[in-house]
Amino acid sequence: MLRMVLQRLMLGVVTVALVSLIIFAGVELLPGDACTAVLQRDAHGQRLINCRKELGLDRPAYVRYAGWAAGAVRGEFGVSANSDTRISELVGDRVKNSLLLGICALAAGLPLAFLFGILAALKRDKALDLVVSGLAISAMTIPEFVSATMLILVFSGWLGWLPGIVLTSANAPVAKFFPEIILPVVVLSMVMTAHILRTVRSSMIEVLDSDYVRMATLKGVPYRSMILRHVLPNALLPAINVVALTVAWLLGGVVVIETVFNYPGLGRLMVSAISDRDLALVQAIALIVASVYVVVNLTADLLTLVANPRLRTAMARHA
Amino acid sequence: MTTTILTPATVATKPGALQRLAQLLRDMASRPSGAVGLFLVLLHLLVAILSPWLVPYDYKTISATLILAPPDALHWFGTDQLGRDVFTRTLLGGREAILVTLVATPIAVTWGGLLGIYLGLVGGRIDNVVMRIVDAFLALPWILKMLLLIVTFGTGIEVLIPTLATFYGIPVIRIARAAAHNVVARDFVLASRARGHGKFTIISRELLPNVLDALMVEGAMRWSWMLLAFSSLSFLGFGVAPPNPDWGLMIADARTFLAIAPWAGLYPIVALSSLIIGINLTADALAKALGVDRAQKAPI
Amino acid sequence: MNDFPSTTLRTGATPGHSSAAESRPASSARDSALIDIHDLTIGFASRAGTMLPVLRNIDLQVRRGESVGLVGESGSGKSTLALAAMGYLKGGLKVMGGGARFAEHAMFDLSRPQLERVRGGKIALIPQNSGQSLTPTLRIGTQLREALALHSNLPPAAHPQRVIELLAQVRLPEPATIFARYPHELSGGQQQRVAIAMALAGEPDALLLDEPTTGLDVTTQAHILELLRELNRETGTAMVYVSHDLGAIARVCDRVVVLYAGEVVLQGSTRQVLLAPMHPYAKGLLASIPKLSDAQLPVALAGRPPAPGGAGSGCSFVDRCAIAQDKCRSARPPLATLASGEVSRCYFPEQTAQIASRGANPVAVRVSADAGPPALVLDDICISYARPGLIDQLLGRRPNVPNTVDGVALRIGKGETIGLVGESGSGKSTILKAVAGLLAPVRGAIEFGQDEAMAQDVDHRTPDHLRRIQLVFQNPDDSLNPRHTVADILAQPLQLYFGLKGEELHQRSVALLERVRLGGHYMDRLPSQMSGGEKQRIAIARAFAAEPDVVLCDEVTSALDVSVQAAVLELLNDLKRDKGTTYLFVSHDLAVVRALSDRVAVLYQGRLCEVGPAADVYASPSHPYTEVLLGAVLEPVPDKAPVLLADDVVELAPPAKGCPFQRRCPKKVGDICDTQMPPWQTSEGGHAIRCHIPRGDLAATASTHVGVK
Repeated sequence: MLRMVLQRLMLGVVTVALVSLIIFAGVELLPGDACTAVLQRDAHGQRLINCRKELGLDRPAYVRYAGWAAGAVRGEFGVSANSDTRISELVGDRVKNSLLLGICALAAGLPLAFLFGILAALKRDKALDLVVSGLAISAMTIPEFVSATMLILVFSGWLGWLPGIVLTSANAPVAKFFPEIILPVVVLSMVMTAHILRTVRSSMIEVLDSDYVRMATLKGVPYRSMILRHVLPNALLPAINVVALTVAWLLGGVVVIETVFNYPGLGRLMVSAISDRDLALVQAIALIVASVYVVVNLTADLLTLVANPRLRTAMARHA
Repeated sequence: MTTTILTPATVATKPGALQRLAQLLRDMASRPSGAVGLFLVLLHLLVAILSPWLVPYDYKTISATLILAPPDALHWFGTDQLGRDVFTRTLLGGREAILVTLVATPIAVTWGGLLGIYLGLVGGRIDNVVMRIVDAFLALPWILKMLLLIVTFGTGIEVLIPTLATFYGIPVIRIARAAAHNVVARDFVLASRARGHGKFTIISRELLPNVLDALMVEGAMRWSWMLLAFSSLSFLGFGVAPPNPDWGLMIADARTFLAIAPWAGLYPIVALSSLIIGINLTADALAKALGVDRAQKAPI
Repeated sequence: MNDFPSTTLRTGATPGHSSAAESRPASSARDSALIDIHDLTIGFASRAGTMLPVLRNIDLQVRRGESVGLVGESGSGKSTLALAAMGYLKGGLKVMGGGARFAEHAMFDLSRPQLERVRGGKIALIPQNSGQSLTPTLRIGTQLREALALHSNLPPAAHPQRVIELLAQVRLPEPATIFARYPHELSGGQQQRVAIAMALAGEPDALLLDEPTTGLDVTTQAHILELLRELNRETGTAMVYVSHDLGAIARVCDRVVVLYAGEVVLQGSTRQVLLAPMHPYAKGLLASIPKLSDAQLPVALAGRPPAPGGAGSGCSFVDRCAIAQDKCRSARPPLATLASGEVSRCYFPEQTAQIASRGANPVAVRVSADAGPPALVLDDICISYARPGLIDQLLGRRPNVPNTVDGVALRIGKGETIGLVGESGSGKSTILKAVAGLLAPVRGAIEFGQDEAMAQDVDHRTPDHLRRIQLVFQNPDDSLNPRHTVADILAQPLQLYFGLKGEELHQRSVALLERVRLGGHYMDRLPSQMSGGEKQRIAIARAFAAEPDVVLCDEVTSALDVSVQAAVLELLNDLKRDKGTTYLFVSHDLAVVRALSDRVAVLYQGRLCEVGPAADVYASPSHPYTEVLLGAVLEPVPDKAPVLLADDVVELAPPAKGCPFQRRCPKKVGDICDTQMPPWQTSEGGHAIRCHIPRGDLAATASTHVGVK
């Protein structure tokens, strides 16, 4: 089992390394570099050569990559071309803010998703299921910016209950973000909850139709006991993976919501970094986001391993 | 083991392709949700094609006097913040989105599907390496990838179509590979191998016909994710450039005035949402009609 | 809306163990019955809205301590009936008439809490596939304790001990270890025993067994049936044993009920039904089972059972019956009690005896191994599934694991049928795959004909070699592409090997279809529109389309119904007569192999134990493993007890050295068996046994053997 864990960890490291390569290569392949971005129309001739020498851009690609990667591991990403601040400082606040948003969304959405997913499956095809499934489908299909816009209209424009825009600055302490953060959290968790709910529901239905649940019924196991001991443990296992995938998706989907609500998070920073051609910043953000994704997936993988006895034995036999 | 017990009345022959398509559509429309979905999609397609001849005004014409005018007999959907007719812009707003996504989706599904099936068949080291790269790619948020290319190369159709087709084809690899795995394990593929058929024959004759259903359903879903992405990009200002009409763009513009002039945002919202819901309902009905198990994944 | 005529008489025949058969008045027979199913009709709604019956007017009484066998093929409704005794219906099924009682409960009228009390307690189910019927996330001990908590009066503190006792009662070794295991960590036989233990936890009065030994090895099956028999005797629990295997039923049951197309067609004591069945279907069914004692090919039962609702107004068997008359077509025969005590649904039961059974058997084509050039030579081949790990790859060596198949040498003559028998893990399918080129041997070679070298891997073989060896698979549902029509399927080899096109292709395909007794009208069908037997014929047609020299048959009859098996065997025999094809016939079913093969090779853990002419191998002297196998076979012959010689142990891998059977051999002589590979002892007739014990001694110590003709 230890071998399995180590294997997974190594795989995670390899993935992150691959991602860093892709990011670096991707940025390299795009026409232009930090110097052309800064100098813009003056980017030619001796000025360009000097600029490149100064920023170390004349060294061969693999050397630059190694330098960058080594720095990244230490948390040192260099300096943002546009604002002259150290990237790590710039990014630190934003990461905190985006994490706040994500965690609040998870805390609100996960319990709801599981609860209603389970209920919808138990009352399959009845009124509750149809309503819940219908709501989930709507939440999934309507674009976030649409639902965000509509919620702002209703709760901020018409009812005036909640602020429709975030004015708190990026480096403010966490507590200051309430109540501005409520609407963004609602929108974010809507989509997330819908996905997880549908997966939980279909997993439950599959388990409810299985041979061993039928056997438990024929063994005389009472309904509640059967759901708790025989159904839920088996149905919720696959949900772990979907939760991970959805969390990972959050990292991308959060951009739109941060833009709509003007929330000072990592997503908005990424968009402005790209628009401004602040390549060093873009690379840093990409690496951070991708690493979080890998870590989340890894955690889900390991959790599944621990929770599923079949995997543990199968691996032990191979080890 | 199930035994299909036949009586002479049920003896049927394999129907032709057109007949099967007709039967499929009939199955899909037999359920209310499927019928609604098909109707919405077809309606949008028709409007997208015919709208240039249906619209009363030019989408570009601005008017200083009629800013944010409420709907009336002259302007059925009112006007926006530059005095342009919302009805016209709404009808035309889906054209580029639908064109781009409708072209990019089949490309994405084709290349992703073929690669996925190939990987599912060969396995081994190639499979391992490619899947690691795919995983690494999927670790990056979609918007980052899209924005990098758009900001560098522009927002024209010639950029958007290949970009969307590439990035949205990658998750299809995973799905096609998983579907292929299920089929490769079966004896008839082994039988084909035993006859000495090469990989190409096995893929085209044995695997593809059996994986096609799953790919079609996935294709429908891909289309809806792509539309979402396209609209989001336009909303953020990275998609269709003004003054061209686009729903995402319109919604972004209307955001600031939403409280006082909701029509400017509401109509494009309804248009976009109805198309996406329609596609989803159609995909669902398609899945049920084909008997495909639709795995809900997070949109990539 | 119940328009099914109710039956006239139903009596329960007394258990076969008692002296004389008495017939009792109907009412008191029902009163004293533990399980009383009366006029039960169950069906489902078709797409058009009509109700189609799966079971019609079933009457079945089981008394305390009785064990009754429910025999039928797929579509007969036997599983539905067994579950109905517990008041359980699969999704979509409804009770259309009648009812089922267990003790004093009317099972279909009980509320959910009431059902929960009864099920698993006084009446318990032993399911078909225990591996899938045990909850994967709960340990064995936990699941059994749950059963005790629900249905026994013991204080909770005493449960763990009782669980251990139950596990020991079902003869599981090391019950304490099993207690802590998860279901997937046990073998199939162990899982089945656990399911039995779980059923016994509630001290049931009745057990329902739904094909409990399907999918298990021959020897495991025999052990489990013995266990069930003993349990029936020790505890006096009534048993309803559902199976298609008449041999298993012969061993365990006192009484047999035969189901056909959802109806009871015959009821009687086991002896009566097996020796003198009074219904044409039962007779046909018995005749279609290959028997060890009788080396002939079984007689196939032509036709197919009707679909639910498709029986028409007469007897449901009329289309396939040899003695059918007009009366049979017009009105459905009622159940009638015969003088002998049997109950039969036939107008002319006495005429059943006249249906020819002997002499109608197809004549098996026998080829003796001649001295001419062989068709195929397996030259000491060794096959391994082990893949070198990273370190092994770097060092360039093979993993140090015993080969899956080792040292197999066979010389197969032209036109011969060689049967390969063995249980799971014997490597028989592996050998076939190697001959087909799907697996390359790590040592040794497979030669075609006399010294005609052949590439070991499919990718390197010449088209001619590929054509001359063809493979037919076990599961017809899997071996045909569901998207291809029959025309497509047959076109592939014809186009590939002969370049046929157009009209010529079509004609040859139709000719092939006719050769396998399916008409040209099958050309446009999809696999989903055909039955299992038909699909298997198509698979055979596909193989023969290539005009092969060698056909490899991998358990080709194992996934088919009994009566359909016989038809496929007959077809293979026919083709052998016409084309002189060489067959490599793999099966775990010893009787089937006996019927078809000229020579037989017995495999254990991938190593040959015995090879020789079929008659010799099935007679004494035998390799100890062959003896174990033959002893475990269950024949549909009453009063024949299987001889259990070895423990029911599943070995995962062969031993590193010495005889592969060393750990289970009842005749083990000593250390020499552990250390040295036994020598081959060959008789003049070509019968070779690989054992340290001399032939003479083997013959002398032979246990009861099946008489062989």
